[in-house]
Amino acid sequence: MAAWKGSTTNVLSHETAIYENSFPVEGGTYENAGHVSSQIKALLKRMKISKEVVRRAALVTYESEINICSYARSGKIVLRVTPEHVTIEAIDEGQGIVDIELAMQEGYSTATDRIREMGFGAGMGLCNIKNFSDFFRITSEIGKGTHLKMVIRIDKDFDGI
Amino acid sequence: MYLKDIVLELNLKVVSGEERLTDEVLGGYVGDLLSDVMANSKEGDLWITRQIHQNIVAVASLKDHAGIILIQGCKPAADTLDKARKEGVPIMVTEMPGFEVIGRVYNMIATKKGPDPST
Repeated sequence: MAAWKGSTTNVLSHETAIYENSFPVEGGTYENAGHVSSQIKALLKRMKISKEVVRRAALVTYESEINICSYARSGKIVLRVTPEHVTIEAIDEGQGIVDIELAMQEGYSTATDRIREMGFGAGMGLCNIKNFSDFFRITSEIGKGTHLKMVIRIDKDFDGI
Repeated sequence: MYLKDIVLELNLKVVSGEERLTDEVLGGYVGDLLSDVMANSKEGDLWITRQIHQNIVAVASLKDHAGIILIQGCKPAADTLDKARKEGVPIMVTEMPGFEVIGRVYNMIATKKGPDPST
């Protein structure tokens, strides 16, 4: 199953990456949640990418991390930066999502009480990710895992959302 | 409006990030749902919440908040405090209920910005 936002034609595959790295995310614990987002935020800041793009990238990474921590056995965040785009992929090994359309609905969540008590699992994460990306795609396979791809345009003339 | 002004006025107990009390507070945000705070709070906001686990430090840090106020006698968990001290995120605690904290902080910020807080 899949759902998406935006058009891939905006994302040129021949663009040369100026930075590419993969960051592991541990599933089943919140102990290090936010760690990868912080690293990515610091990296993008050092690359002098605009504040707004950095903040959006940090947000989509954070929500992806929380999803992996909450629902997957393990996962990784892949960051790829080109002169035009910041691409973030969140790839996990886990139970997968049964109904993506439902999962994309604001307020829908399969979170346990424990997760909700911590202020997660409000059914906003995937919506946030979609809203803060210029291109978003989600695919999932039951019993195998979920793959999110988010692209944020680095637009030098438009530093806003 | 500086963080230390709010700390003094509301008699808040500062438990971490003392070195940033001279930072400017640009606004405020209230919420216990982390995704809501991630999506809607802004840089320089003072975040008022009753969540105490260590992920509040990550959120405040990622969103460049001025600090976090824990209401109603909530105390940060030990690992929250460690992380906040390490990352220099100011956490303030108070026995006051949220309604009162929010009202007073709002009035302080709003009255410094202009004569009419509703505009």
